[in-house]
Amino acid sequence: MKFALGAIQYFWPRDVVKNFYQQAAESSVDIVYLGETVCSKRRELKFDDYLEIAHMLREAGKQVCLSTMTLLEAPSELRELRRYCDQGEFIVEANDVGAIAYLQEQKLPFVAGAAINCYNQYTLRQLMSMGMSRWVMPVELSREWLAQLLQQPLVKDVRDCIDVEVFAFGHMPLAWSGRCFTARSENRPKDQCELVCIQYPEGRPVTSQEGQQVFVLNGIQTQSGSRYNLINQLPSMHGLVDVVRLSPQLMGTFEWLEKFRANEHGQAPQTLDKNDSNGYWLALAGLVQQLD
Amino acid sequence: MELLCPAGSMPALKAAIEEGADAVYVGLKDETNARHFAGLNLDDASLRDAVRYVHQHQRKLHVAINTFAHADNFKVWQNAVDIAVRAGADVLILADIAMLAYTAERYPEVEVHLSVQASATNAAAIEFYQQFGVKRVVLPRVLSMNQVRSLVRSTSVDLEVFAFGSLCIMAEGRCYLSSYLTGESPNTAGACSPAKFVRWDERADGSLESRLNNILIDRFAANETAGYPTLCKGRFQVGNDTYHALEEPTSLNTLSLLPELYQEGIASLKIEGRQRSPAYVSQITRVWRQAIDAVMADADRFQVQQEWDLVLANLSEGNQTTLGAYHRKWK
Repeated sequence: MKFALGAIQYFWPRDVVKNFYQQAAESSVDIVYLGETVCSKRRELKFDDYLEIAHMLREAGKQVCLSTMTLLEAPSELRELRRYCDQGEFIVEANDVGAIAYLQEQKLPFVAGAAINCYNQYTLRQLMSMGMSRWVMPVELSREWLAQLLQQPLVKDVRDCIDVEVFAFGHMPLAWSGRCFTARSENRPKDQCELVCIQYPEGRPVTSQEGQQVFVLNGIQTQSGSRYNLINQLPSMHGLVDVVRLSPQLMGTFEWLEKFRANEHGQAPQTLDKNDSNGYWLALAGLVQQLD
Repeated sequence: MELLCPAGSMPALKAAIEEGADAVYVGLKDETNARHFAGLNLDDASLRDAVRYVHQHQRKLHVAINTFAHADNFKVWQNAVDIAVRAGADVLILADIAMLAYTAERYPEVEVHLSVQASATNAAAIEFYQQFGVKRVVLPRVLSMNQVRSLVRSTSVDLEVFAFGSLCIMAEGRCYLSSYLTGESPNTAGACSPAKFVRWDERADGSLESRLNNILIDRFAANETAGYPTLCKGRFQVGNDTYHALEEPTSLNTLSLLPELYQEGIASLKIEGRQRSPAYVSQITRVWRQAIDAVMADADRFQVQQEWDLVLANLSEGNQTTLGAYHRKWK
């Protein structure tokens, strides 16, 4: 079982990002995803900065993957996507099928991110024939769904040709909109957002009128209000999951990485926080936290 | 420019045809479409009747098979395609790569439109889906008019846009908010904020609470109109403010954009609402038929008639409408 760090979902200042990846280089993580996946207006780091970090991480022995935008709307965003797909050094995580089109043209292998809609064995095989070498399961799917999918004869034959990755820690990306909810929360139009999301390095919590945290606003992205935490489900992933993804949080990401490693076979289970969830993996509503 | 109207039943379909829809879209009575509601949609036999009726009137029937097939019962989705083709449907509206591939291989002669649930928001994504022979793409409701315009100019496929109805504010087909709260999403179960999870609680002070899977979505004062608890249209708290954090209960209405959509060469205008009554379909279709006829007769002199707006506002969520993402300021 390998451990991966997903792309940073929030808008962090340049120094915070650089410091984070310095820590990543020194950590035990196996795979690192890099790049802006949420909003193209966030430009604390540019393409060349990400490449520089990618080289640094590769020299530190990490497998690096460049991650791309999820909701692509403007032609300028497609041009930027092209640069990622054309760089030729690092494998790319496609978060929109537009990226797959570009990578397929060049016959390059790719990682299909969790926002690519792959729900069954036929779609999986189609994506494999286009060059998918790693599949990140959609966040809303369960262990049961994954097991059923992987046991289909169509997949069994080629199971060894791909890695299966599961988003297992952090606030889950659940939706993308044309509207920026962080700007809206400050009464600003999106065109004059002044990149206000940099003030919310963990997003803005949304609670029900009874005080239950339901969502987290992160620009045009809406995340789960709870922190997904499958640390105690790791033993149930063996034989199904090759890569376990942790999504970078402002604090404690690398401590959690070590806790995940320590509990790979169930030797060091953790008590979950009140705001942790594990429902999706257990085929329940996503926000549910079930004790074992 | 085609007027494409929704129908969840035979009476609704007949209403749409009578009021001048060029085409009608329907779904089958199972989880293969994104309006999988109790009592809605057509079975195998009524689909054949629908095709016959629509063809007698020289119009077209589209069948939406636009959820994502499950690993363990793929056959249900495959059967849906087979049934629709055998019934003589003119168009299949598909979202799942698996279904696109199956249809392209098994029925290469059948016209396929890419469902909004496939979330194709850019030229590269459209290019991706063209490998499955897609003839038309239904655009998600997240694009601005400028973005729609630039897409028209950069692609060779026909484009269809949503003209009126419930407003999905997230990129469709990539929104998991519903399963996060209930365990069921449009992708996996064919419904957002499913009715079986809805609960209304009346409180002593006359106020009303709407809940989804026990999570409080909104609280209405005695004099307020209470809307269905679609989770993205609830009132929540952010910081110290309680407001519609994601979107107000409102409907999309693009009447004022009609000349532009027409001049840009949009192939089809889609009216949302397969879950609506025949009376609703009838009124909506009548207004849009008149509006499209007016714009096609003389786009430069087109003016939105006050009575159209009135009818549409009355049929809208919260009696209000918006241009949504088409209008930059909405974002």
